[in-house]
Amino acid sequence: MFTTPEGKEIFVVDGHAHFWDGSPENQKNIHGKQFIDCFYAYHSGLSPKEQLWEKSKFEKYTADDLYNDLFIEGPDDIAILNSTYLSEFYKTGFNNIERNMSVAKKFPNRFIVNGAFDPRDGNKALEYIHFMKETYNIKGVKMYTAEWNGASKGWRLNDPAAYKCFELCDKLGIKNIHVHKGPTIIPLNKDAFDVHDVDYAATDFQNLNWIIEHCGLPRLDDFCWIATQETNVFAGLAVALPFIHSRPRYFAEVIAELLFWIGPDKILFGSDYAIWTPKWLVEKLWAFQIPEDISAAIGGVQLTDEIKEKILGLNAARLYNIDIAARKAEFAKHPMQIAAE
Amino acid sequence: MEGALSQQLADVWARLDLVMDPELDEPVTDMGFIEAVSVAGPTTGHNISTVEIVFRLPTYWCSPNFAFLMAEGIKREVEALPWVGRAIVNLQDHMAAEEMNAVINAGGAFSDVFADLMPGENLDALREKFDQKAFQRRQEVVIKALLWQGHTAQDIVKLTLADLSLIRFEDAEEERQRGRYAALLTSKKLARFALDLAFPTYQGQPIGDDFQAYMGLLRSVRINMEFSGSLCRGLKSSRYKEADLTGDVPILVDYTPPHTPSHACR
Repeated sequence: MFTTPEGKEIFVVDGHAHFWDGSPENQKNIHGKQFIDCFYAYHSGLSPKEQLWEKSKFEKYTADDLYNDLFIEGPDDIAILNSTYLSEFYKTGFNNIERNMSVAKKFPNRFIVNGAFDPRDGNKALEYIHFMKETYNIKGVKMYTAEWNGASKGWRLNDPAAYKCFELCDKLGIKNIHVHKGPTIIPLNKDAFDVHDVDYAATDFQNLNWIIEHCGLPRLDDFCWIATQETNVFAGLAVALPFIHSRPRYFAEVIAELLFWIGPDKILFGSDYAIWTPKWLVEKLWAFQIPEDISAAIGGVQLTDEIKEKILGLNAARLYNIDIAARKAEFAKHPMQIAAE
Repeated sequence: MEGALSQQLADVWARLDLVMDPELDEPVTDMGFIEAVSVAGPTTGHNISTVEIVFRLPTYWCSPNFAFLMAEGIKREVEALPWVGRAIVNLQDHMAAEEMNAVINAGGAFSDVFADLMPGENLDALREKFDQKAFQRRQEVVIKALLWQGHTAQDIVKLTLADLSLIRFEDAEEERQRGRYAALLTSKKLARFALDLAFPTYQGQPIGDDFQAYMGLLRSVRINMEFSGSLCRGLKSSRYKEADLTGDVPILVDYTPPHTPSHACR
């Protein structure tokens, strides 16, 4: 829960968090090392200085660190843990679903765990979707279209094999498809940030919600165009939000574009923990106003308290059917577990 | 001989200033991508020396096609010096470094690097796209500076190349972009004669009546480019350093030359 300076309580759903193992023991090869190194560079490049972590902790932190940073120190009420495999780089996967479920079990009612699959695995992917639904009752998945798989260095959401998987998701009620569209690993010659496949998939699967992480940056204009046309396309703010610290005017332009084009009901907060921690992000977002000249140039849009509340929790709660009143009552009955116990 | 060598190095750096990161439209030198320059061979004569340029990028994962454009540009610009016989490009710490260096230094094309993954691929379309973005980004800076000076939108869309040649800005960055905009405007032949429009669209058309919508387009181009630019700067500065948790105490990497050569120390 985030409490505003005026004393108002804001329910926070962190739409994008990780419980990864990027440690040298889990790295399969140089790519695994370079991948976590790149994440660490994001962390140290965009965090306020007092928020910096040691490299070794960043590579592998504990379940208690996660719980503490999100819920005790941090303002999160619920966090969505996305599973990411990167099996070509990490022995047991970067953050596999079992690892995510273990922490969800340890701290009940705090986490929503999303699965992942790779359509290039064909029937195995379909079987795995059944397995995740039956075993973990997942409500969503995270798609990493730039992931390597043998000779393939990426795939697209509108590939025929992907469509088979999304048909199954639809049928099983796995409604929320989080898609990493943003800075990525190996683009090769392709335009890695291209978001046009979202357009096809969102049109063809109207029952599914397409949450585009990193709001397609650096292809924000293409993303806004698609998300304006498609009612079921949403923007995840992870990676865009930390600019609020290092380059606030730049963040103002990004959020103003998003508000102008896709409106306040389709933008979701996400910390991208452990790259960034939610406490400073939420505090800075709450204190933020779009400067007048930027607002004037982009249709006069404003970032009001009401809109911030939607971004911080109400929008994600709607996608995941979170009963906020019930959750609040329950959290009030069971005060925070002490992470160190 | 010392003097001749330092002159050679200065010549090389000056050529490297002309190589842009295509995605960001900023010189690879200013981005700190060039790690080292060395010259082998005599300090006088024609077409005889070999120059090696070591460069590295903000991440191991930077797009190979972008990296290739930069490597190609480095080789081309340095080999344009009359005393250089051969420029050897040495990209380091990149996922495709080995393959890319081999192909570049043998004078090959991008498609040779990833022949198995994408046969026949060429980068011309990509080059054209980057030229367009660079043009639009530079144009936005100049138009905004003119608005700030008190010119109206109606006035700006009618300015000619002759008018543009008389304009100067006090702000250093605006002045730098003015020069770069004018250079691209003429090299792309979007304005050739004194009475041609100074601010056409990249398609060579007048901006027209909807000035606000056009500025919105330029803004979105800049937002995308700045995202990459800010990330790259942030990542470059952190890549070879562990986070500095101790305050201002220098760490080992601070003593390992040369990291980010500034203009002053060349």
